[in-house]
Amino acid sequence: MTDSALQLSKRPSAATRVLKAILLLRESWVGMLGAALVLFWILVAVFAPVLAPFSPNDNLVPIATPGTEFVTDANWQSGKFVAKDSCTPIEDEPGKVYCGTFWLGTDNLGRDILSRIIWGAQTVLIFAPMATFFAYLVGIPMGLWAGYSRGRVDAIFSFISNVILSYPVLVLYVLIITTIDRSSMNIVAAVVFASAPGIFRIVRGLAMDLRPREYVFAAETRGEPLWYVLFMEILPNARGPLIVDAMLRLGYVIITIGTLAFLGLGLPPPDPDWGRMISEGRQMIQVFPHISLFPCLAISSLVLGFNLLADGLREISLRD
Amino acid sequence: MGKFQADWDGPVLECKSLSISYYTRAAEIPAVQDFNLALKKNETIGLVGESGCGKSTVAMAIMRYMGKNMAITGGQVLYKGVDLATLSEEELRQLRGSEISMVYQEPMASLNPAMKLDRQLMEVPLYHEHVSEQEAYDRAVKMLSNVKLPDPERVMASYPHQISGGQQQRVVIAMALLSEPSLLLLDEPTTALDVTVEAGIVELIAELAGRIQTSMIYISHNLGLILETCDRINVMYSGQVVEEGSVSEVFDKMRHPYTQGLFSAIPLPTADKNARPLQAIRGQLPLPHARPKGCYFGPRCDHFRDGLCDGGPISMQTVDEASGHGSRCLRWTEINWTRVGAGAGQDVHADFGESVLNVEHMKKYYELKDTSMAAMIKGGSSRHVKANESISFLAREAETVAIVGESGCGKSTLAKVLMGLETATEGTVNFQGKDLSQVPVQQRQRDDVKALQMVFQNPFDTLNPSHTVGSQLGRVIRKFGGITDGEAVRRRVLELLDIVKLPSDFYFRRPRQLSGGQKQRVGIARAFAGNPTMVVADEPVSALDVSVAAAVTGLLMDIQRTYRTTLLFISHDLSLVRYLADRVVVMYLGHIVEQGTTEEIFSPPYHPYTEALLSAVPIADTSIEKKRIILEGSLPSVINPPKGCVFHTRCHRKIGDICQSQVPPQVDMGGGHRILCHIPEDELKAMGPVIVQKGEPQEAAE
Repeated sequence: MTDSALQLSKRPSAATRVLKAILLLRESWVGMLGAALVLFWILVAVFAPVLAPFSPNDNLVPIATPGTEFVTDANWQSGKFVAKDSCTPIEDEPGKVYCGTFWLGTDNLGRDILSRIIWGAQTVLIFAPMATFFAYLVGIPMGLWAGYSRGRVDAIFSFISNVILSYPVLVLYVLIITTIDRSSMNIVAAVVFASAPGIFRIVRGLAMDLRPREYVFAAETRGEPLWYVLFMEILPNARGPLIVDAMLRLGYVIITIGTLAFLGLGLPPPDPDWGRMISEGRQMIQVFPHISLFPCLAISSLVLGFNLLADGLREISLRD
Repeated sequence: MGKFQADWDGPVLECKSLSISYYTRAAEIPAVQDFNLALKKNETIGLVGESGCGKSTVAMAIMRYMGKNMAITGGQVLYKGVDLATLSEEELRQLRGSEISMVYQEPMASLNPAMKLDRQLMEVPLYHEHVSEQEAYDRAVKMLSNVKLPDPERVMASYPHQISGGQQQRVVIAMALLSEPSLLLLDEPTTALDVTVEAGIVELIAELAGRIQTSMIYISHNLGLILETCDRINVMYSGQVVEEGSVSEVFDKMRHPYTQGLFSAIPLPTADKNARPLQAIRGQLPLPHARPKGCYFGPRCDHFRDGLCDGGPISMQTVDEASGHGSRCLRWTEINWTRVGAGAGQDVHADFGESVLNVEHMKKYYELKDTSMAAMIKGGSSRHVKANESISFLAREAETVAIVGESGCGKSTLAKVLMGLETATEGTVNFQGKDLSQVPVQQRQRDDVKALQMVFQNPFDTLNPSHTVGSQLGRVIRKFGGITDGEAVRRRVLELLDIVKLPSDFYFRRPRQLSGGQKQRVGIARAFAGNPTMVVADEPVSALDVSVAAAVTGLLMDIQRTYRTTLLFISHDLSLVRYLADRVVVMYLGHIVEQGTTEEIFSPPYHPYTEALLSAVPIADTSIEKKRIILEGSLPSVINPPKGCVFHTRCHRKIGDICQSQVPPQVDMGGGHRILCHIPEDELKAMGPVIVQKGEPQEAAE
């Protein structure tokens, strides 16, 4: 027996197992499309400093339509403006230099929309996952505890979450953010407060479903502590639906953050934020639709990406 | 249907070298190969085999219920001479329900819970024969009385959930027969039911087979049921019929090693572990895409011969032309078919030690709070579910005590109280000298928790699918063994795997990579990891296939014998209980109605309930004759149990008003054999045995 103990084959490392799981996604083209969209925006966010043609907050040419070339005086100065050597002199017009193209145009303050969208991706991909993560951090333990123990714990938690859920979400956000201050962390806190009850309900349902399983009984009959039963016996088996839900929820949180910014309750200016960009272009939307249109497309493509990814994950988890 | 001749007198159904495959992501899986069958008018053919042998697939193909991923890859299904493959969807719809009907395992899943039964039953003649509402109703009522349902009008006006499981299955059978089909398929129709209810349904099916003009195919994993219902039998293994013939031929003169293996793997209520040790079939069913060349049973067969059995596909060999007995074995003429093993068992009677568990007058009531408005006004807001009522019994070291009873008898509640998941309402549970009746598991000493462990019923549920086998066993050892050193824990896990006869590379396996039997072995290893004094086993093999169950049962007994563990074996299977138990406790509706040694329980005097239970056990032995006792009615509710003797509502030996008014006394028949009954002692003693070898006198002479 001890001989064979030494010959135990090593199990594949954690990294290869995760990789294998991700490769399963290949079987769902919907999931692949979603993953591609999400991955695209992640890459955009990571390489924003390289990809953005201009600085996002520079006032260059006000309300330039998409495709306008940025031509300016050779001795034009600006503190934050792109390095001057990237501009090329134009031969026909002495004294003028060509410094790039506003592929998506500029807004009323002359800021390049493409650059702002690229930088805005960073903002959204930092705060949305952070808010979702904290919401799960609150919702999961409460849901597990309530769903497993039932009784008074469940009654109290369910009551609290029902009260929160019965309140119109948007009003809730406005209330929270206008009461406490308008800062990035407060937005995260508001999102956590509003979405944790939903997560609580899902986790509670999953825990109630898994509670009568015999392996849970087995853990009880050997006197395992509560935390062990909750986090080691129940939670790992609820992870499938939770991952799918997290993807969907991430999409909603992105919309929420966008909505808040649109209402003027988002991140403080001047840093680029997709929701605020839409809001700022709103007054001119009939004349210059590009100012609002492109940030809109950015938000919807990212949300669509997460939703399709969730669909794909659900699809492959239902097979097998 | 004009397509089929009403007076067709050839075979009702013919399958000619039928092959069926499933298509999955990975590959084509040949589920059934070369399936032949000719079903004559009024004949009942049994399809028997373990899970995964393709018996349900055959039924689906006959009904042509084929999902996207299933296809007939060869052969034909002829119904009254018409190839079903030539029919259109519309013609098939007409065929199903009117010409061919099917009864499934789970009655509740076959009935629409939102519709009253009258509508559901009347739909059949209304749709298929376009009769008037009144005629449809009359026919439905008549059919319900044909399937022996008392008060058919009341049943007609009920919703499915308002009648019991056994009654539901009778309704489903009635529905299947309403259009007078020529062919009825029964797919494990009694598997979801309790034994005493099952006995009623089986009797009904056997009786219907003789009375009506319908041919039947009866699918089951239980050989005993096949014996009671069928004329012919097809034994399936890994997608092939390995033996076919008349029931008496196959049962008495089997000519395939797999059939022989099946028979030696099932316990019989006539024999215990000493008289006839169970022999498991070694190995496991090959996966459909990894079947061996030649004989599929080859790797598990004792008579396997190189070069002969693995040569190529084996066709059905004729054993007896006249009776149509055939076997898919090339060596059937050479093998010695006399049953081996009988009487060869060594004496395994252990000498029992001191008392380990002593339960005295234990009661467990659950409070039911009625929070409805009506209850608030009336004032009575709480009732009690009397799950356990005055339970007293004793278990000694190295002894196997079986607790027998049907669902709802309170055996699982008893286990929960013992394990400390619930606390008793009254009485004592004395375990190794300590009263644990009021101590929940969280408050028990580690040594007490360690000394009392449990093996669970459902192999698919017993292990946590998210953790490897090694880590699950390791956790128990860390918790109980006092070992914390990683290497030592691992060594102990491997030792445990060795004890339950699993290879050591199962350490890193996850539960989904294990078969049902293997999971159950890990479950046993987990229970024995802390060297317990007593193990409660809650139906540990009831979900397993017979050949696997025999191996797991044997393993459990071996380990128990080695470590002199007390085993509390909860089961509804009397054959198995006879096989391994030393003492038996029979429970009904929370009461212990009879207890005694296994010999005492299985021979007269009986409690009337024990007598009925024994008579209900299907026995796969043609030389056995049983007294037929079919219990009337269904199990009463535990919230509102009958007054007096709890069994009086269904008792076939009820002696009068005393049964309804007074709780019966415990009558001691001597030597601790106690019966809870009003019937006078000498009358009980005059009962004849339920199970007798043919030729022996039925009633005792006294």
